Amino acid sequence: MKTHSLTVTIGATTACHSLSLGFETGQVWSVLGRNGVGKSTLLKTLAGLRTSNAGSITIDGDLLDNIPRKLRAQTIGILFQEQDPTFPATVLETVLTGRHPWLSPFRGEEKKDIEMALNELSRMDLEGMEHRTLDSLSGGERRRVDLAALILQNTRLLLLDEPVNHLDLHYQVEVLGRLINNWRDQNRTVIMVMHDINLALRFSDHLLLLFGDGECAYGSASQLATEQNFSRLYGYPLSRHLANGSHFFIPA
Amino acid sequence: MQGERLKQVIWLLPILTIASLGVALSLGSAEIDWRQVLITMQSGKETFDHTVVMQLRLPRAASAFVVGGMLAMAGVLMQVLLRNPLADPYVLGISGGAAVGALIAILLGWQSGLISSAAALGAMLSMGLVFFLSRGSGDWSPTRLLLTGVVMAAGWGAGISFILSVSPSSHLYSMLFWLMGDFNDAWPGFSRTLLLVTSLFVTLLFARPLNLLAVGELRAKSLGVNTLFLRLGIYVLASMLTAAAVTLAGTIGFVGLVVPHMTRLIAGSDHRILLPAATIIGGVLLVLAETLSRTILAPRQLPVGVITAFIGVPLFLYLLRRGLRRAATNANQKL
Repeated sequence: MKTHSLTVTIGATTACHSLSLGFETGQVWSVLGRNGVGKSTLLKTLAGLRTSNAGSITIDGDLLDNIPRKLRAQTIGILFQEQDPTFPATVLETVLTGRHPWLSPFRGEEKKDIEMALNELSRMDLEGMEHRTLDSLSGGERRRVDLAALILQNTRLLLLDEPVNHLDLHYQVEVLGRLINNWRDQNRTVIMVMHDINLALRFSDHLLLLFGDGECAYGSASQLATEQNFSRLYGYPLSRHLANGSHFFIPA
Repeated sequence: MQGERLKQVIWLLPILTIASLGVALSLGSAEIDWRQVLITMQSGKETFDHTVVMQLRLPRAASAFVVGGMLAMAGVLMQVLLRNPLADPYVLGISGGAAVGALIAILLGWQSGLISSAAALGAMLSMGLVFFLSRGSGDWSPTRLLLTGVVMAAGWGAGISFILSVSPSSHLYSMLFWLMGDFNDAWPGFSRTLLLVTSLFVTLLFARPLNLLAVGELRAKSLGVNTLFLRLGIYVLASMLTAAAVTLAGTIGFVGLVVPHMTRLIAGSDHRILLPAATIIGGVLLVLAETLSRTILAPRQLPVGVITAFIGVPLFLYLLRRGLRRAATNANQKL
């Protein structure tokens, strides 16, 4: 996926101005920035759910807008920030929504689809919960249901909006970390909005920093992860520390 | 599970339908029990019983079933379209437009056929106005549609009050009966039945995208659903169903609001089951309500809308409590 002089604005805020960069296969990107700089909006634009203000997005050279809906849904998957369900569906029904782009329009899910869904649920430690309704789950459980649905969608590009939200430490590091490593090994492209610098550095190899005035910095994580960059990004001094052979950033 | 649940509910539906029709045909101010009903229907002789069953009770029951089905289906669709569990077929002012049309026709002393036409005209006018006013520039958002519709409905409501207050008292009785919802002895008609059956068929084809739209518009879009097309389709279909129901029987309340929820509590929120189940339950409920409306105070007839509220409200509250208790048990198991 490539962006060509992409400009995304919401209201008076410019998330990025004339951004041209390539998200290559096998790369894991973290998008960092303060609240309200337009990280989620940028992610939705990349998913084709919102039109950009200028510039274009291409996948393998094809304009995103020209890719048929179904093919696009087979290529790009997105994990939204939590949404409140108006009409609570069951866990199984929700996970099965991920199969939608792969099913022929007027056929239902088959046994194989349900088996796939149950499989993913048990990998998310949600076995036996498939008939519960979403409103009876905790925030973290609901997040894992959404993740299972995203895995079932089986796309080359994965866009995650604050994936660690509501997950406890075990699921953040162990489960999500394992998922992201798998995706990297499978040569998929992962772009995620993160708020925790240290988790972002742990999971991703590339960073996209949105400074809030339309200016952005992007590149490999090792180059961009400096005290100076992060202090400017959050408007608060951060210092770098070494522990267990990795660098960690802590508010000063 | 989905298959099992489908089987559990589906076999009940035809039984409920037949049972309710049986009740409707064999109850009334003339005492004809169900055996006599069967005998008269088979014989085809022009007896008194035959006339009562075939020309009074059967058309009313059929109308009630079709109207109940249309209102329930329109309710399901409106709730998805507006992403609001409080939405009913009347929330966007379609019934208000129809009512103003009908009341003007009654005021002018028009025949009942023309009253229906005037009501249809009012409904279509309201549907078009709400659509164009809410479309504007940018997104056609549920909130904007809902606000436009609610304001339009309030406007029609003022129109109704105005007409009622300037009308001569000789017209008031039929006006009030129209507003409260009532059946005359007319058959539902071919076009209405066809509309109900086709709508059910078409929406079932789009049931899976409807499920996604119920989760959220963005989510549906990200899974490849053409949401604008789907929502436009739902809007037109729900409006037409409402208009067809209202022009036949006036504004019968509660069916379109309560039946979708009731069905969700019983059969879940998968539209492949929800749509047919709600349609039939709506039909059955209205057939029973219609029977009660002409039997409890016989020979006096009550407006059906009063009965639907009397049945619908306690039934719904009971199911809601049961649903809450089940959710609480679920939560306890989790702890």
